Amino acid sequence: MVMSSENLVIYFISGIVLVGAGILVSHFFAPSSENLQKSETFECGIPTRGTSWFQFKVGYYLFAILFLIFEVEVVFLFPWAVVMKESGTSAFIEIFIFLFILGGGLLYAWKKNALRWE
Amino acid sequence: METLQLFKILPEKIYFQNIPYLPGFRKMVGWNLDFSTLTRNIHDSLFSFFSPGLASAAEMVIIGLCFLTFFALLGLILVYAERKVCAFFQLRLGPMRVGFWGTAQTFADFIKLLLKEPLTTKNADKFLFNLAPFIVIVASFMAVAAIPFAKGLHAVDLDIGIFFITAVSSIGVVSILLAGWSSNNKYSLIGAIRSGAQILSYEISAGLALLTIIILTGSLQLSEIIESQRTGWWIFKGHIPAIIAFVIYMIAGTAETNRGPFDIAEAESELTAGFHTEYSGIKFAFFFLAEFVNMFIVSAIAATVFFGGWMPFHIGNFTFFNHLMDFIPSVVWFFGKVSLIVFLMMWFRWTFPRLRIDQLLTLEWKYLMPISLVNFLFMAFISLEGWYF
Repeated sequence: MVMSSENLVIYFISGIVLVGAGILVSHFFAPSSENLQKSETFECGIPTRGTSWFQFKVGYYLFAILFLIFEVEVVFLFPWAVVMKESGTSAFIEIFIFLFILGGGLLYAWKKNALRWE
Repeated sequence: METLQLFKILPEKIYFQNIPYLPGFRKMVGWNLDFSTLTRNIHDSLFSFFSPGLASAAEMVIIGLCFLTFFALLGLILVYAERKVCAFFQLRLGPMRVGFWGTAQTFADFIKLLLKEPLTTKNADKFLFNLAPFIVIVASFMAVAAIPFAKGLHAVDLDIGIFFITAVSSIGVVSILLAGWSSNNKYSLIGAIRSGAQILSYEISAGLALLTIIILTGSLQLSEIIESQRTGWWIFKGHIPAIIAFVIYMIAGTAETNRGPFDIAEAESELTAGFHTEYSGIKFAFFFLAEFVNMFIVSAIAATVFFGGWMPFHIGNFTFFNHLMDFIPSVVWFFGKVSLIVFLMMWFRWTFPRLRIDQLLTLEWKYLMPISLVNFLFMAFISLEGWYF
């Protein structure tokens, strides 16, 4: 039953059905009771202070930006890798230049201490 | 010299032609091996009984149900395996009470989770909180759909197969971030952001490791990748760079599934349960299920790309040996390889101590990524010179 790619919708729907059915069954069979403390945010026994929707350490975002650059690079490499064998030497030289520039970028980030966790 | 010639003559002359019952036996095994016969029979009989519209609808329902069953069974078996492996590593017996050797334990746990109250805290963002389990399951479900399980047992054979799997399985990180953010809990938030940084970082080396093999296959389609390994698996044919790529892929894959030494996203000792602290009952079960199925997906990709998927172990022109290997059904090959790699990942988890976030990011950005970039170029050079088998 090898199917065409449009039928991926089946899997999308099946996944939703699985989760939906689970939550529905749980809704009917699981007990539910109201309690003042029950719906509090968990924090090791003491009441939590304030909201958790605040600014976060900037280091993570730095890595996210770096990720964006290199992940796009990987996406560019996928079609290149497919035709590498046919194109031969010219493709190799091109990718060498491409990776050389990106490697320079990585080296720059490294020297600027963007990769150091503080 | 003599023995080599004997090997070449044996299969054709003696084993498969002169013995009368063997061709029939081979045909029978061949039928067992090839699932496309079975699926075609189901397809034909459905279309002969019903009208085309109804038949294709019935077919879709059957496929959906098969995959749901497979998905649930996979989760149950992997959780049981994990607990047993963990127990034996720690000189315990693990679950023993429910069923023979505790085999029904995970099923009992599943029933228990189903009957527990799913809580939502009053400060949480209700919509995003409930959306997260849907995304995590759908992402791993669609990735499983594109995996070839055996000869002819391949649900969706996309021509960008491997790219599709990497793309879809990394949608999972969105659900982790959603779950952590919407819980409005400090532990969840820290866990989710850590997990985000980790999965994003290791995505790059995992992609580059797969790309090293794609240079050799020249195709992203999984069925073609498997077909290209008929004369030998890529980890042997691609020798040094392929082995380096496999090691890098295993490290990155373990990190991407939030497992093993890389489980700072749900580090029990510091963050209670990380991004799913506030989840309970069946919603927690879905996160748990998705984690184990993601482990299966990573192992299945590793098995398919490096170890030939369902392709039996073949050595070049050793016809007799290759025929002998063909007698083992392709399903056994695939699941054998996958379970070995899954065992490897469990081994990692119960052996190595947990890494800190700075060690984790250093490992990726200062070691794995430069190595995989150089390895990628090395493989391109090798394929240019034709130095692979």
